[in-house]
Amino acid sequence: MMGSKLKRIGWIGFILVITFAWIAAPVWAGKKDDVLNIAWEKELETLNLYYQTAREGVILGRHIFDRLIHRDPESGEYKGCLAKSFKWIDSVTMEFELREGITFHNGEKFDADDVVFTLNHMSNPENKVKVYQYVGWIKNAEKLGPYKVKINLKDPTPAAFEFLAGPVMIYPDEYYQKVGMKEFGVAPIGTGPYKVVKVTPGKEIVMKKNENYFKESPKGQPVIGTIRQRTIPEANTKMAELMTGGLDWIWHIPKDQAEKLAQMPNIDVVAAETMRVGFLYFLLDSPQVKTPFTDIRVRKAVAHAIDREAIVKNLVGGDSKVVHTTCYPKQFGCTEEGVTKYDYNPEKAKKLLAEAGYPNGLDVDLHAYRDRPYAEAVVNYLRDSGIRAKLQYMQYSALREIGRARKVPMAFWTWGSNSVYDISAFVGNWYKGTGDDVIRDPQVMEWLNKGDTSIDPAVRKENYKKALQKITEQAYTVPLFTWVANYAFSKELDFKAWPDEIPRFYMSKWK
Amino acid sequence: MIVYTLKRLGLAALVAITVSIISFMLIRLSGDPAIALAGENATSEQIEFIRIQYGFDRPLVIQYLDWAHRALQADFGESPYFQQPVTRIIGDRIGVTLKLGVMSLIFAVAVSIPMGVLASIRPNTWIDRIALSISVMGQAMPSFWFGLIMIIVLGVWLRLLPISGTDSFAHYIMPTIALGYYGIPAFMRLTRSGMLEVLSSDHIRTARAKGLRWGKVLFKHALRNAIIPVVALAAVQLGFMLGGSIVIESVFALHGIGYLAWESIGRRDLPVVQAIVLLLSMIFVALTLLSDIINAFLDPRIRVK
Repeated sequence: MMGSKLKRIGWIGFILVITFAWIAAPVWAGKKDDVLNIAWEKELETLNLYYQTAREGVILGRHIFDRLIHRDPESGEYKGCLAKSFKWIDSVTMEFELREGITFHNGEKFDADDVVFTLNHMSNPENKVKVYQYVGWIKNAEKLGPYKVKINLKDPTPAAFEFLAGPVMIYPDEYYQKVGMKEFGVAPIGTGPYKVVKVTPGKEIVMKKNENYFKESPKGQPVIGTIRQRTIPEANTKMAELMTGGLDWIWHIPKDQAEKLAQMPNIDVVAAETMRVGFLYFLLDSPQVKTPFTDIRVRKAVAHAIDREAIVKNLVGGDSKVVHTTCYPKQFGCTEEGVTKYDYNPEKAKKLLAEAGYPNGLDVDLHAYRDRPYAEAVVNYLRDSGIRAKLQYMQYSALREIGRARKVPMAFWTWGSNSVYDISAFVGNWYKGTGDDVIRDPQVMEWLNKGDTSIDPAVRKENYKKALQKITEQAYTVPLFTWVANYAFSKELDFKAWPDEIPRFYMSKWK
Repeated sequence: MIVYTLKRLGLAALVAITVSIISFMLIRLSGDPAIALAGENATSEQIEFIRIQYGFDRPLVIQYLDWAHRALQADFGESPYFQQPVTRIIGDRIGVTLKLGVMSLIFAVAVSIPMGVLASIRPNTWIDRIALSISVMGQAMPSFWFGLIMIIVLGVWLRLLPISGTDSFAHYIMPTIALGYYGIPAFMRLTRSGMLEVLSSDHIRTARAKGLRWGKVLFKHALRNAIIPVVALAAVQLGFMLGGSIVIESVFALHGIGYLAWESIGRRDLPVVQAIVLLLSMIFVALTLLSDIINAFLDPRIRVK
């Protein structure tokens, strides 16, 4: 009897110990452990960043990889990064002197072979990278010496420096060829200030400070020891984690929630302007689906139906501005001069619809992939004018796929230009016949081509202006407004937000 | 018993085959798989090449058999989104869902059976009423809302438990309660009604007349009989919990296969959806079969019906 009682007590004790041991298991936490915990909603498809276009991938890319040149976010000046020096030989040739003594995270030595391989491989259409507009200008790269490289361009490309300082990351040639495109996506190796030590696809990515990061880097030296990125889909959960110290940094918080978070004593909130611009994009014709937007009057009706000022004021907030062209106002070549502007005028919208043969309005789908409240606001305005839009909300990659397959009559897109301060990074993707362009107006394509390949800034501006004028006059798209990113982070974190929407944690430190 | 088991097994196999046909067809619903695989800007020759290479030109029955054969070897192809084998993606995440499902079931049973017993020995008293209210609330309250309330109270105000993730056992406590709570009403009411019926039966009166202790009568003689349907229900409930954890996984950022299925639908990652549908249905079929067999084993009347 006594024995069985003892046994019972023993069992209870055992269960209690196990329980508490589990409960007391270490949880990664902030400043104390030098671990920066960040979270966002997006599950990244791959860390092979030439094969994805999501913003979150762009951010990680700045930490894992380096580029030949670096654009200082403060001054906008181009500085040598992996390249020691760089110069134009003529309008279609560039030469780079590379730095010596840099190694990749796996110990592989960085030299001209890595640059030549990366540029030739990624710009080869057969390798089907998802960001072709940023590498398609490269004809080929040649090795001139172990640390000397020449890039031959197909045409003069004034935005080349912007591309080389942004989306064009340098990969290790030996490692990449050994593991292949897919495996690189879960085990990426770069030269950047942080190295990836753990990837659980879609769940978390852990990066450690690169102790051997080259001292001359214009990006500076990383300070924080570990960055742990988690995917947390639910906004409320993210905020609760931030409030209790489980996370140190989150972003893209709705305006009303950001205002509440700002009242917390341990949290800083920053509302920063971004380069992202939202717009409605029409399918003019397609063998796949019926689209009412073949008729310009229907497109114009949509443009007149939406009160963009009200959405900006009440929903987006911060420094968000209404735009009348599809580009970021501070990008080179972006202008609203002479473009057709569409005011909020529901009566006019109804009249245009009636003229187009829809006196009783029409039913149509609106596809969208981010910031659902904005898309819902657009849907409501459209309904007021008789355009009974049904919201089809889906993941970015899914929308991109069916959009490119010409199956989406009207989509609410946003574009951050991959943080490139040149209009070609925006309009090049949407109107130049490649990437997501389903409009393919030959005249617009010709002007854009002239703008992209001229080295005379005046000629460039003139051609972009013509293209933007035609695009707005034809109402191929309805430009909406610029985005604002609300960042919320621990007061212990020294963090600065930049308008190019790239958080640079390698510049952050603990206070 | 053997005849009964074989009959049930046959039925389960039929259900399994039907479900597998449905999930096989799922990927065909999105249109021509060859076009989807070829990607954008593919020429018609490339599409035709893929059609032949992947065998999409063969009769549907042959394609199904081939697919089922590979599925049996846990080969579901590659996810076009992650560009990784589906088996690897699901393998990374199924542990979380299984752990959550089993823990939620244990929680639900551990809470609801004592509650049901208490309610049955004091029927129509305040104890009974409280037990009933708890179970009605469990049925009425949306699980995401309950989850968020717990996050606020236990995570933010009291700081007792971690809010999201799967780093430690403590991370599972809130999701377990949120998911398990959903199962409590069914168990509680089944235990209560079963106990009420058994307690009023002759053998219990005899046992008490013999002078046995009340506790012994209650647990050894009454509960053992009343619990039979609960055991069967538990198997089915586990199936529901595995499939129904989508919302809970998303609220607590658990990254199990429920959340994966939900996200995969959004990004049209059909091979993943297909594999999860098949996997969860198979688990459900197996659990139902198990519950039938347990039932028949515990209650001989079922076998001869």
